[in-house]
Amino acid sequence: MSRTDMPLIGRQSSWLRRNQIALAPWLFLTPVVLFFLFYVIFPIFQSFNVSLYEWDGLGPRKYVGFRNYEYLYWEFVDRDAFFVSLKNNVLWLVLYLLAIPAGLLIALFLNQTVAGIRLYKSLFFFPFVISQVVVGLVFTWFYDPTFGLLNSLLGVFGLGPVNVLGDENLVTYGIVLAGLWPQTAYCMILYLTGLNAVDPEQIEAGRLDGAKGVRMLWYVIVPQLRPATFIAFVVTIIGALRSFDFIAVMTQGGPFGSSRVLAFYMFEVALSEYGFRMGYGAAIAVTLFAIMVVFIAYFLWSMYREERGY
Amino acid sequence: MRSTLKAALAALATVAFTSGGTFGDGHSLTGNLKIFLDTSNPAPRATMEAMIGRFQEMHPDLEIDVTVIDREEYKTQIRNFLSANPPDVANWYAANRMRPYVEAGLFEDVSDLWQDPEIAANLASTKGALTIDGKQWGVPYTYYQWGVYYRKDIYEELGLSEAADWEQFVANCQAILDSGRKCFTIGTKFLWTAGGWFDYLNMRTNGFDFHMSLAAGDVSWEDDRVRQTFANWRQLIDMGAFIDNHQTYSWQEALPFIVNGEAVHYLMGNFAVAPLRDAGLTDDQIDFYQFPVINSAVLLAEDAPTDTFHIPANAENKEAARAFLKFVVSEDEQTEINNGSNLGQLPVNAKSSVDDDKFLREGFAMLSTNSPGGVAQFWDRDAPAEMAKVSMEGFQEFMVKPDDLDRILSRLERARQRIYN
Repeated sequence: MSRTDMPLIGRQSSWLRRNQIALAPWLFLTPVVLFFLFYVIFPIFQSFNVSLYEWDGLGPRKYVGFRNYEYLYWEFVDRDAFFVSLKNNVLWLVLYLLAIPAGLLIALFLNQTVAGIRLYKSLFFFPFVISQVVVGLVFTWFYDPTFGLLNSLLGVFGLGPVNVLGDENLVTYGIVLAGLWPQTAYCMILYLTGLNAVDPEQIEAGRLDGAKGVRMLWYVIVPQLRPATFIAFVVTIIGALRSFDFIAVMTQGGPFGSSRVLAFYMFEVALSEYGFRMGYGAAIAVTLFAIMVVFIAYFLWSMYREERGY
Repeated sequence: MRSTLKAALAALATVAFTSGGTFGDGHSLTGNLKIFLDTSNPAPRATMEAMIGRFQEMHPDLEIDVTVIDREEYKTQIRNFLSANPPDVANWYAANRMRPYVEAGLFEDVSDLWQDPEIAANLASTKGALTIDGKQWGVPYTYYQWGVYYRKDIYEELGLSEAADWEQFVANCQAILDSGRKCFTIGTKFLWTAGGWFDYLNMRTNGFDFHMSLAAGDVSWEDDRVRQTFANWRQLIDMGAFIDNHQTYSWQEALPFIVNGEAVHYLMGNFAVAPLRDAGLTDDQIDFYQFPVINSAVLLAEDAPTDTFHIPANAENKEAARAFLKFVVSEDEQTEINNGSNLGQLPVNAKSSVDDDKFLREGFAMLSTNSPGGVAQFWDRDAPAEMAKVSMEGFQEFMVKPDDLDRILSRLERARQRIYN
């Protein structure tokens, strides 16, 4: 009886049932894919489309072709706002990466067993827990040219006063430093977990071969921290490109626009109090996207490689 | 951030119903009236809520719904709610600040209200600020003067008197600098404060009409007359008249300098008086005078920014909205909402009485009798938004690096050619 029934059930069952295993992952993925298409992929094309128009966000649009990009080009040539923003973006990208070696150093320093080490680790991690807005405010007060701690400290050594956030040449460095504080803490925590996974046998073997100090670190420890380094690199690059919060809180892009980055400039021209140039803002966004694509492509490619085991 | 007043207003309505007055135009208003406000600071908010309560009393059958939005957020939200989810009444600012919404057809033409003989006669002084293309697009509800606020006690200590002309202004300033203080406090982090200085220097150097042509984009920024304005400005900068590091401060953060007596003057709107008093300065220590004459060939003109009420074009209950606008500008309401315990500003209705506060009295006299050249709104309301932004950034840069004037002016001129064409 049962032997003849079995194939019968199989034949009667629906197509859906037969392909259950193959379909299930796609069913689970559908909501995410739809959201991703609607909220990420679609707006990318929409931004590009808007960037071809002159539009104040209220009235009718006027098609202007690539004129917004032409304006951007001239602003670049004239070393105007777009040039300054782009230059600052590059500065952010390069200087923000300092968070990685700084995080590694602190992690190595904290990777020991003494009484109360958990407390020290928490204290070092603390800046990452507080909001970026608060970090920005604290640094604004720290840099205050009249009442700030920085100038009081410099005064002790007979130096200063320096108006970090009011000086067009210092302002970006001042903000990057504020950003590095929480970012270093983030990299530190990544490396601390990474250090837990370092193979003691390899260290032992290295020691037998006479490696110590910096050589030990560079040839034995750091290669084993590769996954942590990769993640630290990814989050730091993304952090540098998202530097909007610090700038909005600390300087509003000033003095006279010298601390703008592309993200802030885009907000300023399109969405801020005086901004009514949607098309131009979209053109800046597309430019920023083009820069990000380089990094995104690199990350995707190296993750793909990792997955295949090189 | 948002709050609904319904419960309180319903209670008021019941009271009004029993008192059964005969108000309004003879027939009662019904339906919903949705009002959006940006008066999120405590004092203006209470003033507005009380005023709306009185309107509700007159129209008990009207269902009034008030939404108060944070003042800064309102500036970016307005473009969304006007097109997507319009209220029946919304407040905003006069002159070019309302132009984008007028041109996009989002504000209702309320010229008919201005035909009303009472409004036409009593609101004549602000009509120009609400007119675009020969039509009126809203009504004002308050305005305030700008001027030189100064430390009277320090003037007395140094034996100075209020300056009437530029020479005396500069001489006073030199005496103040010699006493180890700064002449002017200012915080230009948010740029607009520098716009106030430019307004006054340019209106005093070249007159109101030239100033308006510049705002309208009809004059080159590289014109010699504009350069003269900056030359006058530079005279003060080279003396070291302004506090150091002003580019790092907001206007509020610049207040301690005058409060502590490290700086003596503040070129500001009348809203600066309240925080100065709160900081402990008495009326014997602070006083006010009109920005002095620079070029005696031009008529005096003043800045007096006007705040306004509008009806969105897609509003549902325009009849009630019109009644509300009429109510706001009425003689008694204007006296009430602008008095010292409410907004502490000037009423827009000529028949209303100005509160007995020395700054309001002096300011009102100045604007009504001593501003023959005209009354400007403010740089960022008279010039189009983009030009205002670019130019105010230029003013800030000029105040820090006066040697770069040529580069700044050529940048502004390029912006002018792009923005106005």
